[in-house]
Amino acid sequence: MSQNITETVSAPPSGAGGLKIVIINYGAGNIQSIKFAIQRLGYEAVLSDDIEEIRAADKVIFPGVGEASSAMEKLKSTKLDVVIPTLKQPVLGICLGMQLMCNYCEEGNTKGLGIFDVDVVKFSNVVKVPQIGWNQIYNLKSPLFKGIAENEYMYLVHSFYAPLCAETIATTNYELDYSSALENDNFYGTQFHPEKSGDIGEQILKNFLEL
Amino acid sequence: MLTKRIIPCLDIKNGRTVKGVNFVDLRDAGDPVELAKIYSEAGADELVFLDISATAEKRKTLAELVLKVAATINIPFTVGGGISSVEDVELLLNSGADKVSINSSAVKNPPLINELAAKFGSQCIVVAIDAKQIDGDWMVHLIGGKVPTKIKLFDWAKEVEQRGAGEILFTSMDHDGTKNGFANETLAKLGSLVNIPIIASGGAGNMQHFVDAFTIGKADAALAASVFHFKEIEIMDLKNKLKENGIEVRLS
Repeated sequence: MSQNITETVSAPPSGAGGLKIVIINYGAGNIQSIKFAIQRLGYEAVLSDDIEEIRAADKVIFPGVGEASSAMEKLKSTKLDVVIPTLKQPVLGICLGMQLMCNYCEEGNTKGLGIFDVDVVKFSNVVKVPQIGWNQIYNLKSPLFKGIAENEYMYLVHSFYAPLCAETIATTNYELDYSSALENDNFYGTQFHPEKSGDIGEQILKNFLEL
Repeated sequence: MLTKRIIPCLDIKNGRTVKGVNFVDLRDAGDPVELAKIYSEAGADELVFLDISATAEKRKTLAELVLKVAATINIPFTVGGGISSVEDVELLLNSGADKVSINSSAVKNPPLINELAAKFGSQCIVVAIDAKQIDGDWMVHLIGGKVPTKIKLFDWAKEVEQRGAGEILFTSMDHDGTKNGFANETLAKLGSLVNIPIIASGGAGNMQHFVDAFTIGKADAALAASVFHFKEIEIMDLKNKLKENGIEVRLS
């Protein structure tokens, strides 16, 4: 292991300016990668399913990969399904996290948290499903994308999508134009993985942490 | 538009890269973490780590490596080699791998695919298929192509899709190591039979071979090892060549 990697992994929890970042830990997500991306940006994040700790955070990240209905069951078992919609600080849902923040997910016939007023549906067989790989984001409309040019490539892995709606802040095309990011008040969601989308993805994550 | 992906593959044994890697600028050519960082900065879209070690300590060593890679790079990566259980997959995903690739264990125990897809989601389950032609039929092989099975490639590809695989990594053992190009016709047929992404592997020798894999073979991604490790092809040169041929790639 090279020296600078050791330093990255064991960065002190002081973070930049003592920002308290909580990644919601409910057993459904590639949480390590998000934690590491935040460390590379010079911050430190805590994994937690503790309601008080989540409420007290400056920034909350709501990750998620896997299947919607089982992820929602895990949220319910810790009452996080009730807590998340009441949070006041900036909250970022990533991938399945974003989908669960919508009204409804077709996957597993899952009622969502209702933060974003849109229903998540499946791509048709006109295209390969899942969409796996790098695709462009455009029509960017949020401070989340400060300094980000139109048509940059982000990494996406998903079979279900949120159609365009009033809360769309980034658009991607696969079979059709759909929402690759959503925003409603203090809630943000990205279908793409900013933590896996190179330096530009990390910049979007940094923008969120500095909102 | 969704781009085609270029995926360097690193063979790992006991936490170290195996095949000779000709990187003069590397302090330690055997360090997979340092190599991964170089590839990620050179424009690779994704990386595959194939663990070929077979010791009892292997899973632990591999998980430690995955953790270090995840801490270092900001592009997705897949880990494969000897994965045969839900516990194996859980450990690797929890360590920061984005996807896992299963091969022999899926052939020996096909319901494993269903089990993994249900627990972790299809998006992180890659089924690797090694095949070569026997009397005109493409037959699935195990142990890096050494052991033939009675399973036909096209039947198996359809089955793994139905069972919940999110992606197929197809290696033609007839082409692997030849540097004469990918198995394009077979790739195209696979692509017409299944509706999940296909990663082409085996046969890359020059940049035109990648163009052909995407245009004739209709592959979604192309994987190669030695042409990248020995710097015969620079990833950005390759991507520029693909772009000149009208193929969507990520250049930024």
